[in-house]
Amino acid sequence: MATLTNQKTMTLADIRDLLGAEVLCGDDLSAQVERVGAADLMSDVLALSTPGMLLLTGLVSEQVIRTAIVADLCGVVFVRGKKPGDSILSLAREAKIPVLRTPLTMFETAGLVYGALARR
Amino acid sequence: MAAQLFESVYDVTGRDFTNAGRASTAIKDTLKRLGVPPAVVRRVAIASYEAEMNVVMYATRGRILLQVSPQDVTLEVADEGPGIENIELAMQEGYSTATQEMREMGFGAGMGLPNIRRNADEFDLTSEVRRGTRLFIRVKQAA
Repeated sequence: MATLTNQKTMTLADIRDLLGAEVLCGDDLSAQVERVGAADLMSDVLALSTPGMLLLTGLVSEQVIRTAIVADLCGVVFVRGKKPGDSILSLAREAKIPVLRTPLTMFETAGLVYGALARR
Repeated sequence: MAAQLFESVYDVTGRDFTNAGRASTAIKDTLKRLGVPPAVVRRVAIASYEAEMNVVMYATRGRILLQVSPQDVTLEVADEGPGIENIELAMQEGYSTATQEMREMGFGAGMGLPNIRRNADEFDLTSEVRRGTRLFIRVKQAA
């Protein structure tokens, strides 16, 4: 899993604008994003993430949201326009985990976020 | 012996991928409600989630016993299932007997047991082939 840490931060709303992302759930996008990880393997997220990390993933399943809950992540971005089903979104809503969806690929998404964080 | 402040049991059903992780998120809520420090809650929840996924992926059924005392949090995960033939091998990072279906869930890459051990202050794994597996972990509450 690739991660990036930066002293200066962006909010989830900034990430949404940067990625042209659709907000699938989450009313409050004011969370500061200090660390971002890109992974499809949830075991890697559980092993390497830190609390408050934003997850970029191409995996769409309930396990992504449960991983976000268990590891105290600040939100999830599904890449390549993947649309999670209602059961996944209701789980996220219940746990107050913001979920975004971007048409961009994992590579493009990670590149844009990395660049934006590095410029701050 | 210190008095147990809290004890609870969670049932886990093998192959039920939709609900996999439900016990661990419930355990996390419970620990938060009990006022367990967030860093301890996170370690227990991560270990519990990996252990729960192992039960769902490999076993027929399992049961998680959560015990919370002022000193520590313990989990005992016992399952009925195929067991583990070679525990030493199973503990190696990257070693896995998972199927493609399990890997598509984002698990089954041979990181589960090492992740559990990394988050535990005490770790004990025993198994009987064709009977089942028992995992015990302790996470200390005090620094």
